[in-house]
Amino acid sequence: MSDTYSLKNTDNKAAFAQGMKDGVPIALAYFAVSFSLGIAAKNAGLNPVQGFIASALCTASAGEYVGFTMIAASATLIETALATLVTNARYFLMSCALSQKIDSKMPFFHRFIVAHFVTDELFGIAINRKGYFNPFYSYGAILCSVPWWSLGTMLGVIAGNLMPLRLVSAFSVALYGMFLAIVIPPARKEKAVMLVVLASFVLSSIGYYLPVFASVAEGTKTIIITVIVSAAAALLFPHKDEEEAQ
Amino acid sequence: MTPGIYAYIFTMAAVTYLIRVLPLTLFRKEVNNQFVKSFLYYVPYATLAAMTFPTIIHATQSPISGIAALIVGFVTAWFGFDIFRVAFSCCGVVLLLEFFIR
Repeated sequence: MSDTYSLKNTDNKAAFAQGMKDGVPIALAYFAVSFSLGIAAKNAGLNPVQGFIASALCTASAGEYVGFTMIAASATLIETALATLVTNARYFLMSCALSQKIDSKMPFFHRFIVAHFVTDELFGIAINRKGYFNPFYSYGAILCSVPWWSLGTMLGVIAGNLMPLRLVSAFSVALYGMFLAIVIPPARKEKAVMLVVLASFVLSSIGYYLPVFASVAEGTKTIIITVIVSAAAALLFPHKDEEEAQ
Repeated sequence: MTPGIYAYIFTMAAVTYLIRVLPLTLFRKEVNNQFVKSFLYYVPYATLAAMTFPTIIHATQSPISGIAALIVGFVTAWFGFDIFRVAFSCCGVVLLLEFFIR
């Protein structure tokens, strides 16, 4: 296994620079997506500063959206905590996966910082790198992209009402485009991943369209589908580590 | 009495951080179980796929532009475009189509 985490500063600088570079497309996507999130925040009664703080403290797309709908519904804090837990449960699994890539020699405090930034995209680019996880790579990507998440949310609150509905509609698919960009390239390379994606599409459609499941919250459905599909795939196609495959 | 906005925000933030930090600070032993390893490998793909479809179709004002966004996103991602180009191609096709549909 090639070891990309290093205690040597030169390697970390190179990783940081690479992270900044890989963070640019994420920054642009974050800005577009968080802008539409800001519109939801505005509808829930948040002011621009509160929108900024919510995004800075949560860095979660679907999780924040659900939170804003809870605020709009004047839910209790316990209900809000539960909805957040369910919608963001996937980050638990992503953090588990990430922790497997961390060298035990890495200084421990990095874990507390990195944890806050386990998002779909930042996790996606970190997990796709070969070898051990390098926190400096992630810091580069975080520094470049995450401020735009908060700024976009704030601007969304301010400008959301001024934008024509047509633009709002167009911006709303940015989030899903971002998900596709993470999922499809590995699916092209690996048949098992493609089957996981297609199976999730099918189960998700069943959950969406069958009236039986109408009362189940969307976040809950996502978790159930994730567990079923990932477990089935793990049984049918045990994933080989790179060094074993070669 | 409903809680203040900041009480909501801090609740959301605390729950979200705990979800992320616990596996990184508690699960420090390497998992050697092949099933668990494979399971964790497939998790992000299953989650993101489930969140994308069929929601993307209904995120726009017309299902036609939603389906177009899905196809454009799939194809551009297939040919290795980066996240920004894929996301913006999706937005672009929706904007274009809804200009004609409505």
